Amino acid sequence: MDERIGAAWAVLPEYLGEHVVLSAAAMGLGLALSLSLTIAAVRSPRVRWPVLLLASLVQTIPGLALLALFYPLLLALAALSEHLVGRGFSALGFLPSLLALTLYSMLPVIRNGVTGILGLDPALIEAARGVGMTEWQRLKRVELPLAAPMLMAGIRTAAVWVIGAATLSTPVGQTSLGNYIFSGLQVQNWVAVLFGCVAAAGLALIVDQLLALIETGVARRSRTRVLAGVVALLAGVAWAAASRDDVDGSHYVIGAKNFSEQYILSALIADRIAAEGGLATLRTGLGSAIVFDALAAGDIDAYVDYSGTIWANVMHRTDVLPRERLLREMGEWLRREHGIVMLGALGFENAYALAMRRDRAAELGIRSITDLAAHSSALAIGADFEFFARPEWPALRDEYGLAFANRREFQSTFMYEAVATREVDVITAFSSDGRIAANDLVVLDDPRGAILPYDAILLVAADRSEDSLLRRALEPLAGTIPVDLMREANYRVDRKDGPEPPVAAARWLATRAIAPSR
Amino acid sequence: MSDDASVDAAGRPPLIELKGVSRIYGDHFAVRSVDLAVPAGQFVAIVGDSGSGKTTTLKMTNRLLEPTSGEVCIDGEPTRSQPPHLLRRRIGYVFQRIGLFPHLTVAENIGITPQLLGWPAAKIAGRVVELLALVNLPSEFVQRYPAALSGGQRQRVGVARALAAKPAIMLMDEPFGALDPLTRDALGTEYRRLHDKMGLTTMMVTHDVLEAVLLADRIVVMRTGTIVADGTPRELMNDHPDAAVRALMDMPRRQARRVAAMLDGEAARG
Repeated sequence: MDERIGAAWAVLPEYLGEHVVLSAAAMGLGLALSLSLTIAAVRSPRVRWPVLLLASLVQTIPGLALLALFYPLLLALAALSEHLVGRGFSALGFLPSLLALTLYSMLPVIRNGVTGILGLDPALIEAARGVGMTEWQRLKRVELPLAAPMLMAGIRTAAVWVIGAATLSTPVGQTSLGNYIFSGLQVQNWVAVLFGCVAAAGLALIVDQLLALIETGVARRSRTRVLAGVVALLAGVAWAAASRDDVDGSHYVIGAKNFSEQYILSALIADRIAAEGGLATLRTGLGSAIVFDALAAGDIDAYVDYSGTIWANVMHRTDVLPRERLLREMGEWLRREHGIVMLGALGFENAYALAMRRDRAAELGIRSITDLAAHSSALAIGADFEFFARPEWPALRDEYGLAFANRREFQSTFMYEAVATREVDVITAFSSDGRIAANDLVVLDDPRGAILPYDAILLVAADRSEDSLLRRALEPLAGTIPVDLMREANYRVDRKDGPEPPVAAARWLATRAIAPSR
Repeated sequence: MSDDASVDAAGRPPLIELKGVSRIYGDHFAVRSVDLAVPAGQFVAIVGDSGSGKTTTLKMTNRLLEPTSGEVCIDGEPTRSQPPHLLRRRIGYVFQRIGLFPHLTVAENIGITPQLLGWPAAKIAGRVVELLALVNLPSEFVQRYPAALSGGQRQRVGVARALAAKPAIMLMDEPFGALDPLTRDALGTEYRRLHDKMGLTTMMVTHDVLEAVLLADRIVVMRTGTIVADGTPRELMNDHPDAAVRALMDMPRRQARRVAAMLDGEAARG
């Protein structure tokens, strides 16, 4: 317990700093945009309804989806910019988060601003015109000061929303307080999850109170209050900006998806790079679809993916080839299409595997997927968020004639819980997962070979493909991690009693895996 | 009232002149080709029922509303030839709902137009003190906010604000309509004194004929967007050919008679 809090404290300056800089930038940009749009909307009814409608629409998009949508958009823009002016930009991390949060901040400000100004007594507007004010003078001297309390209330709401939603920027590669929550959820470190929530809530509360100070200062015309609030906010942002790590081109950026094995392997890679004298930065918790695009665009330099994932999701292949041929064809395709180099397979597979509680399987007499098919109409299946959307699900289903009574999707931690507590009968487990053994699950045989091979493979971005340090660091890893070793490392992180942080599991794994080679 | 309204006795053009001015909302004429010339120094009251177009006519004079057709000239110059806010800074405007800015002090409210005109702060401060005296408010009111004033005090500030930049013309839209009768009477009389003392030219809209009769040099009666009568109070109160105008203008006298009769009756009984 103490150890986990200590570990959380240690990364707080980095996470909080990133979170504050991101939120402040989004609020700054959002305010500039919202205030301009508010003024346009107040002056012209023809602008008003589309602006309010758009702002409301944005708000109905779930925060995570909004963030995810900006990534491919920026990727396309970056490619276009590269093509047009020969200079691209990183579509990962700060930029998509900034844009999504900026949009997210706009509705409360615009709505309150427009309502506040249009709700002013018409006599005041007539008086302002009557004494000879121009439109701008009227706005500056009458409308904005009188609508200021409403506007400030909107700004406070926006600030609280943005600080909360900024935790969702972790999956698009932006470090934030969300890192506690996403990785904590993944490795069942509830202390970290709670720590992230409390930190984000605390930050939101403090900012809200400082804005309240400015609000009352404006209302009571107290320059001291306004100044105190503004200075405190600026000081916070300045501290945050100073405490950010500057990641320049000399760093190797290592990506990881959002599950324990990926956290461990990215930590392992970072350690290897450090051992060779390089600097490494982690971008963990990335969405599965985002991480490959990030590598292809050069936003990250290396990560571990799985052959079946690339085959089905990236290459959109629906046929199933034997392991060696699939790996060879995929390696060629990656180099040809994206210049990505496959440094080799680590030695284990993390395939989808249909798994059941041992007692349940015995009770029904199920040992293979063929046996399962006979009972499937009375059973419930649980999967992660991806499985049912992958082409191999219909392939598997049709091959064996599976027709489940019920199907549900879970975040992977909860998927294992669901089968353990008998909420579902079968899950799409991951074959390298320590939780298979931990929950006493049996993996069902796939006699017809309908499930794709999922060899863990080391991928390196095109512009780092000739990097000798990276090669020295990574090549020795090839073929050194058998599945039981990976399973045990995963279990060290996933187990309920005394789980280890991924970094510790990576060090443990390194002592077992790499030592014998060379 | 002279028939030739385009020049006054001295051969100068009138200070305010509306030439064939109309204002249309949809297919409805709020004001239909109104001609009105006001020589410098005159106090004109525009009376009529609600919907007669009197307020619309007034607001077209300082371009708070734009005429659909026709032309308004101030001092012989078409109002359309200059930006509306510059025009309005030269014309005082007082209206029934007063419209004091609640976030500004009395001094800031009164000084607003001079400030927009870029007067130096010291000159504005001096002018504010002068105006407070002029509208019979104590000088310690400068730091108060409008919320701390009574209705009558607020409209005194409203009049002071309109006069602040020394306009030659005052436009007043039912300026005293929302005040209690005593305050209303006092403020009307005081304003008429200011009008004379400062040589102002005033156009005042009112639905109160008695007020018009007591304050104005000239009364213009409007009905459904057109002028139906135009003359001195004396002229209009003596057998106007239009029956409705006659009924309207006769009202103060009828009321006075009724009051007198009632008082006489009580005296007889007593």
